[in-house]
Amino acid sequence: MLTKHRPGSASRALPSLPAQDTPAALDRRGFLRNSGLAAGGLAAISGLGMATVRPVQAGEIVPGEPVETRKSVCTHCSVGCSVIARVQNGVWVGQDPAFDSPNNLGTHCAKGAAVRELTHGDRRLKYPMKLVNGSWQRLSWEKAIDEIGDKMLEIREKSGPDSVYWLGSAKFNNEAAYLFRKFAAMWGTNTCDHQARICHSTTVAGVANTFGYGAMTNSFNDLANAKAIMIMGGNPAEAHPVSLQHLLRSKELNQAELIVIDPRFTRTAAHATEYVRIRPGTDIPVIWSILWHVFENGWEDKEFIANRVYGMDQVRAEVAKWGPEESERVTGVPSAQLRRVAEIMSQNRPSSLVWCMGATQKTVGTANVRAYSIMQLALGNMGISGGGTNIFRGHCNVQGATDLGLDVTTLPAYLGLDEEAWRHFGRVWDVEYDWLVSRFASKKLMETKGIPSTRWFDAVLADKSQLDQPDNVRAMVAWGHAANSITREPVMRQGMSKLDLLLVVDPHPTTFAISGDRKDGTYLLPACTQFEQSGSVTGSNRSIQWREQVVKPIFESKQDAEILYLFARKFGFAEQLIKNIAVEDNVPVAEDILREINRGCFAIGYSGQSPERLKMHMKHQADFDPATLKATTGPCAGDYYGLPWPCWGTPELKHPGTAFLYNTNVPVKDGGSGFRARWGVEREGVSLLAADYPIDSEIKGGYPEFTMAVLKKLGWDGDLTATEMEIIRKIGGDNIDRVSWQTDLSGGIQRVAIQHGCAPFGNGRARVVAWNLVDPVPIHREPIQTPRRDLIAKYPALPDRRDFRLPHLGLSLQTVDKSKDFPLILTSGRLVEYEGGGDETRSNRWLAEIVQEAYAEINTEDARRLGIKDKSMIWVYGAESNSKATLRAHVSNRTGPGVVFIPFHFGGMTAGVDNRGKYPPGLDPIVVGHAVNQLTTYGYDAVTHMQETKVTLCRVEAA
Amino acid sequence: MARMKFLCDAERCIDCNACVTACKNEHEVPWGLNRRRVVTLNDGEPGELSVSMACMHCTDAPCASVCPVNCFVQTADGIVLHNKDQCIGCGYCFYACPFGAPQFPSKSNFGSRGKMDKCTYCAGGPDGSNSPEQFAKYGRNRLAEGKLPICAEMCSTRSLLAGDGATIGAIYKERVLRRGYGSGAWGWSTAYRDSPTV
Repeated sequence: MLTKHRPGSASRALPSLPAQDTPAALDRRGFLRNSGLAAGGLAAISGLGMATVRPVQAGEIVPGEPVETRKSVCTHCSVGCSVIARVQNGVWVGQDPAFDSPNNLGTHCAKGAAVRELTHGDRRLKYPMKLVNGSWQRLSWEKAIDEIGDKMLEIREKSGPDSVYWLGSAKFNNEAAYLFRKFAAMWGTNTCDHQARICHSTTVAGVANTFGYGAMTNSFNDLANAKAIMIMGGNPAEAHPVSLQHLLRSKELNQAELIVIDPRFTRTAAHATEYVRIRPGTDIPVIWSILWHVFENGWEDKEFIANRVYGMDQVRAEVAKWGPEESERVTGVPSAQLRRVAEIMSQNRPSSLVWCMGATQKTVGTANVRAYSIMQLALGNMGISGGGTNIFRGHCNVQGATDLGLDVTTLPAYLGLDEEAWRHFGRVWDVEYDWLVSRFASKKLMETKGIPSTRWFDAVLADKSQLDQPDNVRAMVAWGHAANSITREPVMRQGMSKLDLLLVVDPHPTTFAISGDRKDGTYLLPACTQFEQSGSVTGSNRSIQWREQVVKPIFESKQDAEILYLFARKFGFAEQLIKNIAVEDNVPVAEDILREINRGCFAIGYSGQSPERLKMHMKHQADFDPATLKATTGPCAGDYYGLPWPCWGTPELKHPGTAFLYNTNVPVKDGGSGFRARWGVEREGVSLLAADYPIDSEIKGGYPEFTMAVLKKLGWDGDLTATEMEIIRKIGGDNIDRVSWQTDLSGGIQRVAIQHGCAPFGNGRARVVAWNLVDPVPIHREPIQTPRRDLIAKYPALPDRRDFRLPHLGLSLQTVDKSKDFPLILTSGRLVEYEGGGDETRSNRWLAEIVQEAYAEINTEDARRLGIKDKSMIWVYGAESNSKATLRAHVSNRTGPGVVFIPFHFGGMTAGVDNRGKYPPGLDPIVVGHAVNQLTTYGYDAVTHMQETKVTLCRVEAA
Repeated sequence: MARMKFLCDAERCIDCNACVTACKNEHEVPWGLNRRRVVTLNDGEPGELSVSMACMHCTDAPCASVCPVNCFVQTADGIVLHNKDQCIGCGYCFYACPFGAPQFPSKSNFGSRGKMDKCTYCAGGPDGSNSPEQFAKYGRNRLAEGKLPICAEMCSTRSLLAGDGATIGAIYKERVLRRGYGSGAWGWSTAYRDSPTV
């Protein structure tokens, strides 16, 4: 009866820890016995000159030595769990529960409870290294910056700035993310991206095109107020475990129904009251079928739709096509079950909708999330506690890095790339607009979207004539990003082989360091983790927390901001990069960067969260009520925890932050607003402005976004102070009417709007018809690789097109039938113990011990047919590039018949070959295995070039 | 006097393994030894349940009754501790334990398996001190600092409860009453010979 759920997990007879070259380095306890420093651990780096290496000490507390406590925030998922560190002699010696944090109330998951290992990090990159004729050599920071810098400048000279790819990280703190975007701008490219591309880029695009902003509307804690919760395409029990305490609270306190819709019976599904198994890639049909029952029974919120939604009739027309018969034919779900789901969601309002990568990582990702958002609008679940579209972001700061423009399509605060946006940031950065233009290959490329991270290798390999830029990508910078989390790995390896320069900046070597056929021109620079620096981090619920530095950067690692500064100095724009930002010991000061963010990012309300306010929140966490996230007492009384954006105006305005986006039940000054008026005031004679308004609004109805012109028209411009007017005049020049709530650096326009009870971004209707996107109303399109060939004629993929400077294939690939050779659907997902590409977590011995092997889940029926025994080895063949992988078979009914699931965190093996030896000695992760992305295939979302990871085809054979 | 117990509310356990890594982290438990683990029943099927398991610090602990060298002691709080200096690594306790709690550093089928290792309820070693020597053998004594076992304190969903049996039993009972269902406090009746809901 008691079964181990995974081989190797919690086994009594575990294989021993894979040997490193320098096992002595592992034994932290040995350190203590030797009172630390000189002997054991330094064997790892012996003979390399110790001057700058800061050794790590033992794990346990030395009696009699004082112990300090530091507070930081977990660096794994986006729940934002506080971490309490006990620090002795500059060494992190223990972790205590952070009971005061309203986010996690002392709790952690396996990853959060193991973060201390990161700052000991036996397998961390210890000093700069480069690959010389196939072997790794140590070099100094000075020499590394010089050599890399010279090579990059040479590439820039010959091929233009767009030939260097700057791939940043969702692990950066806000300050580094912002500085990285600024750095790329000053280098002269928009080709800078991060994990959001492969995480929630489609959510951001889809949801922002519906409501106005692309972010989670409520909070994890608020899920406890829902009367029903639907999770579709997400497995928070593994990906966001601490959020489950809030979900289960709702299930237990409110007797809430928990609906899980997923092709796989996940750990979350195990706690569902209703589990719906769907065919992968049929999200839109499932949502439309649920809505079909809603409309059929008149369960929609008619008043809400009438007052706050534009275009619902066009949705009704599409939904009408998804009656029970067609729904069952396409999705494989009994119609009666979807009716039950519709009834649960309608009859138990407020009901909440949660989604993750199952929705977003699709060729139709943007359309998917729009359909999801439309369902919540139809049910009137928006802008209320217990409702909302709750988009669980993946990495600890993927929300913040997205907000701060670490993205190929926009500058910080989603201001885009047009001249107005560049001029705005020219003012914020205090540099001449003309100088910025001069940094780019052309003004046109300055205003053109860069190349997305999912396609970087296509930009290396493609014929130059296929690219809308002067030359191929020739240098790749992977700064805190895994290689194995990106699809089409076999093609990526070719791209890596062809690069002139590959630079990895990371606490770990990552799979970038070992992929491709490279003998020279690869550099590894050790960045420290977030526990070794201070700065702010934005959780999925838009609240911002401040991390204290727990310990100083270990070994020779450096903070991200410092490395950026050193490169800027080499490239000759350090002065512009850090104008108005103090630099201490080569490290740009995080507080100063945040103040600059506050000054420049009014457009998303990143303006009120000064470092002083954020630190105050961290200090007084206990004053915040976990149920509402509002401080009831103390110096933060009235604030929402972490001042969730938008936190309007300047810090002096003391806006409390926005607990629920688009909530008209509270005044704007307390975090209320309607939907953002982002698409004009009317379309085809129909108003795009709302019919209702936030309470205490002086305008009784909808209104456009605020500009000087609007203020003047309302006669409110007189409320601006002389100082504010002076700044506005300076920005506007001859035409101050155009200065808006987004570009007004004084914050005055926002202040005056709020004073009159109005939201700076206007009061518009949510838009269920996005006329600027392909498929203005989301429609079903079969995945490019689908076994249902019979559905392609009716539901084809989009035709081939061009975007992001590249060709983008769709229909031409779909028409080639691969389902005969590759009959099974391949899908992927997360495990609780690992995160992302897993370079960090697979190197953590406390986590690595739990899951020691990559595996594939296969259904019992398929396994029987193919003669595959549980726990035997299998070959899985991918549908492109002759790809194959050996994996352990887990035979169960967790996946349905015809579906194979592989967790995506593994790396370090290729087509059955172990690449452990390609890592610098001793830095290989404890666990290696085949990445699922060696098997994934071509497929990109039309709007964001999100990769398709959830539906492709494969063939399985016994090994 | 409190009677310290563990209770795992299987309705809430999500198999996140926080209890496992928290324990490893707190006590620097070496690779291969698992003082706590999560087991899953009906894996991948409807009715799937996960339970966090460790030494339950049983009433009339079977390990203690079979130990040929009498290395076990039960504290006044009911915590079962063992003396590694006395342990001969015979493995009898492993066979006696209904929870598979005792762990051995050596995998040999013959001869000594090395000193047995198991959950100490974060109460350190039998001598109660927090000395580096005791830490190396048994881990930190959190109880002496007025703290509960780290696994329960960090449990992501508050599935795993630790503390005085009457208190955690009452918490569990209240939960079951409020939500109207409970799949049982796994292992409780085996370990403590009663039920938390009576």
